[in-house]
Amino acid sequence: MTTVPAQPDQPDPWEPEQQPPAAPSDPSPDARRGLSRRGFMGYVVAGATLVVAADLTTGAQPAAAAVPSAPQIPEVFDLGDLQTKSALPTSQLITITLDEDGVARFAIPRMEVGQGITTAAAMLIAEELDLPLDKVEVTLAPARPELVFNQLTGGSNTMESMYTPIRVAAAVAKGRLLAAAATFLGAQVSSLTAKQGIITDALGGRATYGELATLAASAETVPVKVNLKSRSSFRVVGTPQNRVDARAAVTGAKKFTLDLDVPDALPTMVCRPPTLNGSPRSVQNLAAVRAMPGVTDVVVVETGVAVRAATFGQCIDAVRALEVSWNGGTVEGESDESILRKLKAAELPMAVPKVPLLARTLDLRFEFMFRSSAALEPNCAIADVRGGRATVWAGLKSPIVAQRNIADALGLPQTSVEVNVVTGGGSFGHKLFGDAAIEAAKISKAMGKPVKLLWHRADEPRQGRVHPMATSRIRATTLGSEVLTFEQRHTSVETDFSHGLGERLTAMAAELPAGLGNLGFAQSIFTLTQELPYNFGVVTQLLNEVETGFNTGSMRNIYSPDVACANELFIDQLAKRMGKDPLAFRLAFLKNERVKACLRKVAEAGQWGRAMPAGTAQGIAIHSEYKGATAVLVEIDCRPATVDRKIRDAVTGPRVTKAVVAIDAGLVINPRGLEAQMMGGVSDGIALALTSSNHLEDGHFLEASWDNYFYTRQWNVPPTFECIVMPSDRDHPGGAGEAGVAASVAATACAYARATGTVPTRFPVNHGTVAFTPKSFVPPVPASPTDGLSHTY
Amino acid sequence: MAQHTFTVNGESVTVDVADDVRLLWVLRDVLGYTGPKYGCGINVCKACTSHINGKAFNPCAVRVGDLTESDEVTTIEGLADTVDGDLHPMQEAWLERDVAQCGYCQPGQIMAAVALVRKVRAEGREITDADLDAIRNVCRCGTYNRIREAVRDGAARM
Repeated sequence: MTTVPAQPDQPDPWEPEQQPPAAPSDPSPDARRGLSRRGFMGYVVAGATLVVAADLTTGAQPAAAAVPSAPQIPEVFDLGDLQTKSALPTSQLITITLDEDGVARFAIPRMEVGQGITTAAAMLIAEELDLPLDKVEVTLAPARPELVFNQLTGGSNTMESMYTPIRVAAAVAKGRLLAAAATFLGAQVSSLTAKQGIITDALGGRATYGELATLAASAETVPVKVNLKSRSSFRVVGTPQNRVDARAAVTGAKKFTLDLDVPDALPTMVCRPPTLNGSPRSVQNLAAVRAMPGVTDVVVVETGVAVRAATFGQCIDAVRALEVSWNGGTVEGESDESILRKLKAAELPMAVPKVPLLARTLDLRFEFMFRSSAALEPNCAIADVRGGRATVWAGLKSPIVAQRNIADALGLPQTSVEVNVVTGGGSFGHKLFGDAAIEAAKISKAMGKPVKLLWHRADEPRQGRVHPMATSRIRATTLGSEVLTFEQRHTSVETDFSHGLGERLTAMAAELPAGLGNLGFAQSIFTLTQELPYNFGVVTQLLNEVETGFNTGSMRNIYSPDVACANELFIDQLAKRMGKDPLAFRLAFLKNERVKACLRKVAEAGQWGRAMPAGTAQGIAIHSEYKGATAVLVEIDCRPATVDRKIRDAVTGPRVTKAVVAIDAGLVINPRGLEAQMMGGVSDGIALALTSSNHLEDGHFLEASWDNYFYTRQWNVPPTFECIVMPSDRDHPGGAGEAGVAASVAATACAYARATGTVPTRFPVNHGTVAFTPKSFVPPVPASPTDGLSHTY
Repeated sequence: MAQHTFTVNGESVTVDVADDVRLLWVLRDVLGYTGPKYGCGINVCKACTSHINGKAFNPCAVRVGDLTESDEVTTIEGLADTVDGDLHPMQEAWLERDVAQCGYCQPGQIMAAVALVRKVRAEGREITDADLDAIRNVCRCGTYNRIREAVRDGAARM
């Protein structure tokens, strides 16, 4: 493995040529070879107004030169590194435009799904450009094939990969504005001060950025060297800021895919098969359905029978009226138990290392059921495929791959397919795939008309992407107060990574740590993400996957929630065996100071060890990923009065009554946004541990809506929530969007085990009970009720 | 087809659509009020929560034919117009606490919160934890704690 320089082809980009006066030189402690780490190369791009650019890979930090055997791979090279570095050789400019209205505009080549990246990006621009936050407008870039591997939103990598390039572009803009102001005001650059979008000189002259926007423009594209602000001079980055789209969200003005007004793109839905991935054989009543009120088109496609109508209500009626003969699906006759048997058969053997005669062995095996990754906004897309061209609007975290797949599906060149990325109503991994966009394009082509495709809610858990079922088997040997070995065999239904990360890994093969290139792709992701930060002697964590006919994907935090849940429950049992307190045990064996600091913090803030009534307990757990660390302490109430609460169409059960999270995410851009991500991580963790799963029975999933699929609801929410953002001396942001999930599910499971005295081995713990009457499979979607006026309040 | 006349956000509207089309689709697909969101279509997720004659309801579960000319529907787009000022106090509380993540459920959450506050006021009491526990609106981003804080905050401002 070789060291990758940040800017391989730039001659000496480190000497500042155009340094804003507001940014004094501040030698970084990490400065190497006498070069400033804050010096970078950017561009002024030819344009009528000021356009600046930076290479998207600017500032990617060099990877470690070699991988020592003792630390695990993610400690020195993780999934984020892979994503950040995989496109280094390509030229990938991102641009910021400063218009005459004084607004800086930036189309981020990532997708906003609620995780707050548009706010964080706007903060970086406001910071480096000395512009008020409300004068920065961040939109989502359409599919840009020239970015090759570098337009994927995932792995909590956005701010890690965008942090430096955005700042470089903004710094170039500021330098140009200062130079323009010097001309405009007849002053020396060194006498100018930029503040809140206005440049003033020592004599009281002033010019706004808007006034300077055209003067600062360049007739040709020129490279520029810039220095970035030092962390100590930040006034926006690191301060709590509200989301830039908050007002649009609370007034109903925020536009999601289904809210877009594309001419003639009428509502469209698909009548789907009763078994997973079944396909239509024939339709008995095509003519009758085509004649239904509002219906304009009915066509048979691979995934079912598509209906286009004046309203979605009329689509639902038509879907329910269709009489279709179906071919069997891809998991005919399969059930939870039959898939579990396949997983068990595929579990890799333990290595059984040589250990002393007196060593004791602890063996535990955990099972994790299928879970739906669906967001509240169901799969949806708008497509207009006519005249040899396709235009698509959808929430897409991997738009280049979607563009290619749509082109393939339609038989069009990729250049004839325009893919617009729309802000998503959540993702949780669901929008990594272009399922709805591809399907909408095929339907539009078949109908010869624009369509606005919506998956019915019932379609989501039944036909949509799921987090794969998995088992995790752990064996450890202990001798006295030492852990000699820790072996984990994670066995999972195959996770679909066909959304493009695979190409990155292939492209990166030569750069990967020793041995990694020989693994399969899923194993590589597993190896790049799983880090067990404990001194447990010989540690092996292996993944094996079983090929099945399920539609899977990387649900928020991929493998980590299941792996961490198994590990931390197991660790509580190790502690118990040694007669140690769970907190003391972890502190004794943890090797990562950042993790320990988080753990101590939640123990203190959450009053670990306080006396609690029988049937209630605390649980504590840690996780290390995304160059950061998380610790979570929860309190749970498993007493009958709580567990047996009756709420209509709901799962109540044990209640997490308090959650305390400590997160070290490296340099924090927006602590308020980070706290929001942790809050969501706790809600996810509670659902994964206690309530949310899909039940597979006779080739299909039983769940069809939120009254079947029990994601955390208000009655499951911990009344007390606290998030502590740990101070960090790191000069780069780590990942945040997924970092709260794993330790939350683990802490909840640990608390449940301590409160009930029983270690749960199947998750979620309520999976054994089907707490609802399954909705019909034929027709595949339920009728909308009509009694809404009887339930007003 | 049949004509239906009612009021949306203070304006009288007349639509020509079959009686049994649910109001959610009349609002969204026919009239262009996209604030109320689709999340389930069976009155479970509550993403479409709006007000009818000042009370919360879910238009996904109401036939347009069941509305009369005197019915006043308020969607999130019209909430601010029911009070003096730029925004409704509940929206201000929402902004102050930066509640929204993806934002998809938020119109429904806010409309439900306003109705909840009015309901407990009519009962002559303040919001309790039990009231907050009973809010059925799904938030898949899980920003539930901020919702709870904002409902109480909004109530204090109302």
